[in-house]
Amino acid sequence: MAIDINMIFKIAAIGILVSVLNMVLKHSGREEMAMMTTIAGLIIVLFMIINIINNLFSTVRTMFEIY
Amino acid sequence: MEIFKIVGLGITATILSVIIKQYKPEYGIHISIATGVIIFLLIVGKLASILKVMEQLTNKMEIDLIYVKSIFKIIGIAYISEFGAQVCRDSGEESIALKIEFAGKILIMVLALPILLSVLNLIVKLIP
Repeated sequence: MAIDINMIFKIAAIGILVSVLNMVLKHSGREEMAMMTTIAGLIIVLFMIINIINNLFSTVRTMFEIY
Repeated sequence: MEIFKIVGLGITATILSVIIKQYKPEYGIHISIATGVIIFLLIVGKLASILKVMEQLTNKMEIDLIYVKSIFKIIGIAYISEFGAQVCRDSGEESIALKIEFAGKILIMVLALPILLSVLNLIVKLIP
């Protein structure tokens, strides 16, 4: 994964997208769809965050020899 | 110089997370975690060279390598527990942050015990 600035922009973009979709779906009356998009966006961002944290932990483990 | 890149990154990330916090608070935490990790990964090269230099120094002075290794471990554990505690504190979970720090202290104590014992043995030997 490109561990760089565009990671942050991706997360921000997903956040904005989900909130906009939520508003649109809420106004058009589909509450449950809004909830689904929120959960979907959260899962995608969580995967990215878990990936990046895994990267951090493996780096620290190899550098400080914590086994 | 890296410092400009890092400061720029930090400021843009803070602005982004403030914007998104109004609509979706949980994404603010994601952005802060991601920024913290990215800044650390940018600096990790310099940190590795510092650790190598310290290791070479200890080899020259014939200090037992086990002590330096456990010091590095303690630094690593301290850094990770600090990282986790700060993330929890940012999101408002003060008690979880304190628990993480408490666990980190215990683990560091466990690692520091052998060094303590060897110092005490040394002192006992010195006393005639």
